[in-house]
Amino acid sequence: MSKIWLIAQREYLTRVRKKSFIIMSLIGPLLTVALFAVPLLIAKMSDSGKVVAIADAAGLFAEKLPESKDDISFTRVSADLATAKQEFQKAKYDALLYVPKMDIGNPNGFQVFSRKGLSLSLESDIRRAANKAIENRRLQQAGIDRSVLDNLKADVDLQTVSLSEEGEKSSSTGISTGVAYFFGFLIYIFIFLYGVQIMRGVMEEKTNRIVEVVISSVKPFQLMMGKVLGIAGVGFTQLALWVLLSMGISSVASTFVSPDKAMASQTASVSATTADVGASAIARKDTPADEAAKKENFTAKAFQALDNADLNMPLLLGCFLFYFLGGYLFYGALFGAIGSAVDSETDTQQFMMPVTMPLVLTFVVSQAILTTNPNGSVAFWMSMIPFTSPIAMMMRLPFGGVPAWQIAMSMALLIAGFMGTIWLAGRIYRVGILMYGKKVTYGELSKWLFYKG
Amino acid sequence: MKPILQAIDVRKQYANHTALDGVSLEVPEGSIFGLLGPNGAGKTSLIRIITQITGPDGGEIRFRGERLNPAHIGQIGYLPEERGLYKKMKVGEQLMYLAQLKGLSKAEAHQKIKYWLDRFDIKTWASKNVEDLSKGMQQKVQFVATVVHDPALLILDEPFSGFDPINANLLKDEILALREQGTTIIFSTHRMESVEELCDHIALINRSQKVLDGQVRDVRNAYRTQTYEVEGRGQLMVVHPDFEVIEQKKRENDHFYARIRILHDLTPNDLLRYLIGAGGVEVHAFRERIPSINEIFIRRVRETQPDYVPETDSVTA
Repeated sequence: MSKIWLIAQREYLTRVRKKSFIIMSLIGPLLTVALFAVPLLIAKMSDSGKVVAIADAAGLFAEKLPESKDDISFTRVSADLATAKQEFQKAKYDALLYVPKMDIGNPNGFQVFSRKGLSLSLESDIRRAANKAIENRRLQQAGIDRSVLDNLKADVDLQTVSLSEEGEKSSSTGISTGVAYFFGFLIYIFIFLYGVQIMRGVMEEKTNRIVEVVISSVKPFQLMMGKVLGIAGVGFTQLALWVLLSMGISSVASTFVSPDKAMASQTASVSATTADVGASAIARKDTPADEAAKKENFTAKAFQALDNADLNMPLLLGCFLFYFLGGYLFYGALFGAIGSAVDSETDTQQFMMPVTMPLVLTFVVSQAILTTNPNGSVAFWMSMIPFTSPIAMMMRLPFGGVPAWQIAMSMALLIAGFMGTIWLAGRIYRVGILMYGKKVTYGELSKWLFYKG
Repeated sequence: MKPILQAIDVRKQYANHTALDGVSLEVPEGSIFGLLGPNGAGKTSLIRIITQITGPDGGEIRFRGERLNPAHIGQIGYLPEERGLYKKMKVGEQLMYLAQLKGLSKAEAHQKIKYWLDRFDIKTWASKNVEDLSKGMQQKVQFVATVVHDPALLILDEPFSGFDPINANLLKDEILALREQGTTIIFSTHRMESVEELCDHIALINRSQKVLDGQVRDVRNAYRTQTYEVEGRGQLMVVHPDFEVIEQKKRENDHFYARIRILHDLTPNDLLRYLIGAGGVEVHAFRERIPSINEIFIRRVRETQPDYVPETDSVTA
């Protein structure tokens, strides 16, 4: 045991001290911030201060022009299209909306001219303005006041409640989806990044030819386990650093940039990432398209929703850590076995496929099935089979309604699963690391399993 | 001498070939023991069993009378044929790590590493990465890693194959020095001449079986053929029925070289007398031709395998 510890220590220290680790630890949070900030900034920059000219032949906007917002404003030009075009060219407006004479019951013939093509958001802004004006005109004709209509309109917030044996729990499908994706994605990434590190580490020892020196002192199994555990430590350290650093960065950023509303909302969304994972995952989905003002609201809402959603956070985080580690051990051992069986990176491909397929599959399937029907039979089975359960179960849990026995069974199966893969990998590993310069086939690998000590 | 290591009827079977087929041998404490045989004979298989990298399928290994167990790992030092170091690790840290894996405490390891770095005068390397060292320097570090825990038994598999001539000589000197301190050394090689002069005991292995073993002197004596090499001047004409000329070469200025075998119960003195008298030649040199281990090996193997052809690099070099 103490030898496993020594090996894990070496694996951990040599990796944590590497420049690339330190750089990744620092850049990781910055990248996360950038991931949210850049689309927002781009959206903001491209749409700022757009001026739309309106050539109103129908008198649709006779009473008043559409309201200006912070990034778009409207101005009136001559109702005659030819003159309007000239004015448009001269004043360098961004777009020209031509409202032709028309039947208000059947509005047709709207035209928008622009210099370089319209951005999607500007086009939708213009359409919205025109629609609203027509609606107003029709309301007038029907003798209904706009304010009366606004009062009539209903805006119901659906509060979804999951009914289970333990009683009612309010839930929010949106939040749950976000949390599910976030956890699933983290486990997916972690298994891949660090599983491949195990494989590389094993291959490095093999190609350096140090492996025989080492295994004359320790059992091959100890060497493999030490490596797996040491690299797990590296992964946890990196994750912890990212969480801490992004919290630090976002709090610093929000104090500095608070004057600018848009930026504030953006940092809020970033702090949401780290402070509370669910909000960010949701925020991410809407970020590029939505305007800053709306987003600000949204983030606040997301926070509130997370509070209201009553996700069982202790259970979620506990399970997350379990599946995080369990999934890593399950796959890490397999990656280690691959590394031991081959001589070079190029040879790994044929063995990588079957190992990575279930992982990729879960993540892809999750979009179609897991989040839409989290308690269906496909979701059930995927959250039981150890190959898929680390991701599948983490994607089911945020939706609630997973019975305790299912969680217990899934965990038991995963524990049995990783003990199985570690055993299997150990058998392959002890033969593989001493085989040099030999192309290994599946048939050969299966023979290694039954070699005696 | 009590054996430090005994192999008793050790068997090892791989999927489609037998690596060791009932090999028994004894390595006397304090000796330099040559484990010799051509490539693929089973030497490395035996060593991997002794170093507990693999286990035997049958038979057992005893270390100082005890059945081999993990507690012995710290008393064995092993320089494998396939060897290397962590490239991106500092020399000092690397030696510390390997020493601790052998069971040394941090303090012990520290002291031993200091001793060896001083001995090789390479203290300044401790903080260098292995990849920044030259090949020769790495070889020294590799050797230190093998002996840093003061093993009672040192196993060197093809020790000279990776080393340049200067380091190979250094290695020889260190091995002799270690033997003086009581370390037992097992040499495993297919290049028999390279260790002949160093070994006091040998075991020859061929096709997964031990062919012969014993003290080098005894083995060679047992294979003496009563053959003598003669150099001198004159016209060599041997017509005696008890002397057989195996080989004869003419050299310039009437000189010659010959190998002559004594057939019956005669002594070298009889041969010498005959040469000087009836042979009518002037003898400049006269010595017994003692067979080399390599020759003995080939002879021994040909007894069971008449068509045996030695690998080229085991006769040259």
